Parts: sequence; C-alpha cells; structure tokens
Amino acid sequence: MPESKHTVRQVNFHVTRYNPERDERPYVQTYALIVREGMTVLDGLHYIKDNLDASLAWRFSCRMGVCGSCGMLLNGRPTLACNTQILHIAQTDLTVGPLPNFSIVRDLVPDLMTMLEKHRSIRPYIVRADEAELNDPAGEFYQSPEELEAYLQFTYCIKCGCCMAACPTLATDVRYLGPMPLAAAQRYNLDTRDDGRRERNQQTGSRHGAFRCHFAGECSRACPKGVDPAKAIQHLKRRLVLDYLHLARRKQPCQKLDGPGHGTPLADIPAAPARTV
Amino acid sequence: MRETKYWTWHMAAGVLILFLLGLHMLIMHTGGITHLFAPEAGGAVSKENSLFRDGKLFFTLTYVLLLGAALYHGLYGLRTILFELTLKPALEKAVTTVLLVLGAGLFGLGAWAAFAAHAIAGARG
Repeated sequence: MPESKHTVRQVNFHVTRYNPERDERPYVQTYALIVREGMTVLDGLHYIKDNLDASLAWRFSCRMGVCGSCGMLLNGRPTLACNTQILHIAQTDLTVGPLPNFSIVRDLVPDLMTMLEKHRSIRPYIVRADEAELNDPAGEFYQSPEELEAYLQFTYCIKCGCCMAACPTLATDVRYLGPMPLAAAQRYNLDTRDDGRRERNQQTGSRHGAFRCHFAGECSRACPKGVDPAKAIQHLKRRLVLDYLHLARRKQPCQKLDGPGHGTPLADIPAAPARTV
Repeated sequence: MRETKYWTWHMAAGVLILFLLGLHMLIMHTGGITHLFAPEAGGAVSKENSLFRDGKLFFTLTYVLLLGAALYHGLYGLRTILFELTLKPALEKAVTTVLLVLGAGLFGLGAWAAFAAHAIAGARG
C-alpha cells in the first residue's frame, strides 16, 4: 500500500559515533525519531542535533545533492543523506554510518583528503603545451556537441566519495587510485581541448592505477549523480594499452578560435532583439 | 607505464592460453575418436601417442609456449592479489622479484623437459 502524504512513523536511527580523542573504537548510538513522509536523512540528523544530542557531527552544505558533502552509509549503501528520504529506505530502523574506505574525523565525518590527493595526482585540469593557451588562457576553443557528449557525464561528479566507499578494491588496497580520480582522468583524457593524456598515463597506468580495477561495478551503482566510473576505468585501460602498443591515434588538441565571428554562422538563427536598456 | 606493459602481456597471454588450451583439450578428449595427432591405439594419453606428439617440433614449441603463457598469466594474477593486501613498496618489489625468479625457474625446467622429450622421441624414431 503506498504511503499517504501524512505518514508519520517512528524510525530508530542507529548512528555510528566516534570521537578519536575519547573513544577507542566506533560504537552505535540509537535515537528514536518521529518521521514524516518527505523527510530526508539529513533532516533527521538535524532533528537529532537540535533536539536529542547536540554532540553529533556530520558534514553538509547545500542540502540539494549538489555539493557532495553529506555522503554517508545508509542501511549499508553509500549515498547522499540530503538526497535520500527516510521512508524510502527504512520502515522502523535505519543505520547511519560514515563512508567506509576513509578514516573517520568524527562521528559521520570521513577524512576525504586521501581521495582528494589522489585526484590531484592525476592532473584534473586541461593540460596544453601550446603558446596559444599560455598567452591567452581566457580564449575560446572549438568543440563540437559530439565531442562534448563523449565526456559530459563524467563532469557531473561531485566528489562525494560514495564510489570510493563502495569500491571493493579500495577496501583492501588503500593505495589504489579509486573510481573517482580514475574517472576524472578519463574525463580530461576525452576532452578535445586537453593534451595531457600521456602525462596522466604515468599515474593511471601505475602499479595501483586503473589495472587494479576488478570491474565489480559498485562505484557506478553507488554514484548519486548517475556517473558511470566503472565504464570510464575500462575505457581508460583500453586507451593505456593502445598507447603502450602505439596504436592510439595521435590527435592534436582542438584549436583556439581567433575571436567572435571567427566561425561560420549557422543559417536560420534569428537576429537578437533590440536592446531595451 | 611498466604496469601497462605487464597488463598488456597478461591479456595477450590469456588469449594465447585460450587458443592453446583449446587445442590441448581437442587433442586429449577427442584423440580416441578422431585420432587427431594420436594415430596409435590406446587413446591420446597412451605412451605411443605421447611419443608421437613429442617427436613433432610443432608440439614441443606449443608446449613451451603454453607453459610460458600459463606461468606468466598465473603469476601476474597472484602478484595482483598480493598487491591488493597493501604491502609496503619494498615488499612489493621483493614479491615481483621472487615471482620473476620462480617463473623463470619453472619455465626453464618445463622447457628443458619438453625439449628432452622431443630428443628422446626423435632418437626412438
């Protein structure tokens, strides 16, 4: 039977608590909440902090699934607390824990530095060696809609760490780069403005790089933004092998437009309306 | 890029194993019926048929090739499993060296056995 708009139910939040300065190991504390339909897990945590236990710590910012701050383990699945309604995943009990595969700063706050350092190591930005970019970094490069489509989905990553928490390889091999940095590397490798693939290959093709991926696919299942890091990693492996065998097509990065009006205007574009101010 | 090299050869060895193991299975399991590379009586594993194949250079070379591919593929897989235990970098290097020496030793022994069998079969005519 579908839930009505006015469903009100008690749900027990089993929250993992840990203060490294005080506790030897994490423990679980239970809070009973009256939950209404539409309440997110983040709302529930706010309720606990405001009314039941002010010492509970977690990280959040935007409350709308954009910033990627509130990634946590909800009923065993890594996801965003702001994007998950309590009654969609829990009837009477809900376990809330910090993201696995990260050390815990406190309670539900994971230390994301390891992920961000790995991300930095793959040079997650446009790399070019040409003078045009160096002299005029604000210029415009030509890129077709098809070329944009090739990497667009990977740009939706919000670095929440859910894929890293879901990765079974990362659970045993802490030096493995992980799905987020590898997908980011593939995102820039596919960008026609970029010329840094061979530099990134040093890192992505390293001992703890893309080849450690087992293709379990849990990263893609966990991603709250619908990004497919597992696919990115498999394509990355293929490109690494083709580069090693010198079978990859050598393409020059796309060129900079000289300025407004440089390209050929499309037909049937109506004129801009007259200025009113 | 060294890991890319190892991985590429790991994949290539896998494809080679698929082909050579297929050939091996075909001969071993259908030899009694088709007499493919098993002209004597007693099935594919009989001494006469084994000596017949050992006498052919093609088989000696495929034995050596299969041995090399299987050893490389298997030991690289073992190394991957061990590396996922988050070993110290020095230990990782030691594991690579040990597996390299082990693989080379086993390959040398196997290759010597295959060529010795070829020589014995050749001497017996």
